[in-house]
Amino acid sequence: MDAGTTTGYERFFGSRQAALFAVLGVFLVYPFLVDNYYIDIAFYFGIYALLGLSLNIVLGEVGLFDLGHAGFYAIGAYTTAILNTKLGIPILVLLPVSAIAAALFAYLVCSPIIHLRGDYLCIVTIGMGEIVRLALINNPFDLTGGPNGVYGIDFPSFGGPFVIDSSIEYYFLIWIIVAITILGLTRLQYSRIGRAWNFIREDEVAAGASGIDVRYYKLLAFVLGAALAGVAGNIYASKLMAVSPESFSFWESCMLFCIVLIGGMGSIPGILIGAAFISLFPEIFRPFAMYRMLIFGLVMILMMMFRPGGVWPRKRGTAEFSSLLSRMRKKNA
Amino acid sequence: MEVAFEQIINGLTIGSFYALIALGYSMVYGVLKLINFAHGDFFALGSYIGYTFLVFGSAFVTTHFGLWGGMVVAMLMAAFCLAVIGVLVERAAYRPIYPAGRLPAVVSALGASIVLQNAIMVIWGPRYQAYPAKLIPNVHLQIWGINITMLQLVILAMSFLLMAILYYIIQKTVFGAAIRATALDKDTASLMGINFNKVIFFIFTLGPALGAITGVMVGMYYRQISFTMGWNYGLKAFTATILGGIGNLPGAMFGGLILGVLEMLGAAYISASWKDVFVFLILILVLIFRPTGLFGEKMAEKV
Repeated sequence: MDAGTTTGYERFFGSRQAALFAVLGVFLVYPFLVDNYYIDIAFYFGIYALLGLSLNIVLGEVGLFDLGHAGFYAIGAYTTAILNTKLGIPILVLLPVSAIAAALFAYLVCSPIIHLRGDYLCIVTIGMGEIVRLALINNPFDLTGGPNGVYGIDFPSFGGPFVIDSSIEYYFLIWIIVAITILGLTRLQYSRIGRAWNFIREDEVAAGASGIDVRYYKLLAFVLGAALAGVAGNIYASKLMAVSPESFSFWESCMLFCIVLIGGMGSIPGILIGAAFISLFPEIFRPFAMYRMLIFGLVMILMMMFRPGGVWPRKRGTAEFSSLLSRMRKKNA
Repeated sequence: MEVAFEQIINGLTIGSFYALIALGYSMVYGVLKLINFAHGDFFALGSYIGYTFLVFGSAFVTTHFGLWGGMVVAMLMAAFCLAVIGVLVERAAYRPIYPAGRLPAVVSALGASIVLQNAIMVIWGPRYQAYPAKLIPNVHLQIWGINITMLQLVILAMSFLLMAILYYIIQKTVFGAAIRATALDKDTASLMGINFNKVIFFIFTLGPALGAITGVMVGMYYRQISFTMGWNYGLKAFTATILGGIGNLPGAMFGGLILGVLEMLGAAYISASWKDVFVFLILILVLIFRPTGLFGEKMAEKV
């Protein structure tokens, strides 16, 4: 790459920062311009963004087929629901507790199955998700309330008058958490851990041969992804004030899978676009009533036809590679 | 002991449904390495088409060929329609996406599944539909002290016949050899003069047609069909496919039968509401100890 393209890159970077601030501005102003219904839609967009980011760690960064992610989400939501309604523990205290519970569950469940490959891992995660959902329906130890679920969950409270109980406050709660997650994940992508994950995704055998502890990094991805899904479950439970098993079905896991693939594996802006598609599309097409899911499926097929790598695929290392190639060509010429 | 045998018969009946659907999954997976999520919905659509025929079109056939003729014609109609739809779906939703790799095809398959499922809902409505009763006389037979209905006997006989036919096609005919060769190594098979597109055409007619016939049988057995049933059966059949070793057709048949029997025994001896948990636990245990399924061969790591 010569000097001209470098300044071009800088100019692009500058415009990127401007775009970032514009997006931030829209997010800050948006809830003050619309009514509660639209704020709630944006809230669910935030929940799906967080879930998409959590699955992206497992599926996008490491390339493990996880079609049971709703199971971790359910563990987080039910941990919050049960501990809050039975023991009265405040929601915000339960936020880390839910994350740890989901992470611990992921560790225990995934430890024995982490050596499975591709589609075999896929079916085991499906099985795991289904077992969680069926167990919740069957109401073990009278804790989960069966098909009706658990209701009467508190609002998150900072003590005194600072209670998160309106749509706009929930909106900011979820999007602040999403923002923190995005910051953390971007740092993680460029860390030793992120590079190890990507190496495993591209070539597991080579990664193992290069001294990367494949098992450890795969488990780490599952544990981190599950913890984030647990956080999403916590906020979802307190927003709805109730949880029931049907929110955590196989369908939900499939939609999360689609968020990551429609957006672009490993690409954070892509995940946000994917989450927007999955959460906003059915709302926008509400007037079409019965036909909207028909259109939804068609659009999914069309998207994969025209953008098989996702709407906003992550570019990594291509610049250096092409420069290396052009340098080699120059040398040979 | 009679209870156990009766449960095994029940299990074999629903197991044969799983097995027939699993064959469709397994064939597509073997050749394309694609989890065809739409396959469950092919099955559901077949069930609805058979239903429509039995309700509106069967009077003519039954007066000429009798009840049995009506049933068989309904199955053949459903199989034919689904063979056409299967090929169309493959052309429209899968073929343009093959070059992009496996994962985009999975999303496309999910999209196709959503489209088919909602198409059923739009056409036939979101409510349950009831299959006409008394297609097969409701006779209870006693064989060595075991209760078995005529319907079960017919379903078992037909399923095993279909499985045998498919096994014959795959193992003994030229078409079958082409499918097996393509599943083993697509590029070499193409170099040997096997037309890849023809193989795909073949598996996307055979799989959905089998699924449709299964759909009609499920409708006759449970007498109630819904537009979401494709997902439930599809998930079970996919489990069966993996249990037997994915891409392995006899494995898929045995996987389905084993799954059905386990489910019914679990329902009888453990708890009816925990039976699916039991099934999935068995699956996970099998995969922990045999990571490529019960009948899957050991795969060498490709470097």
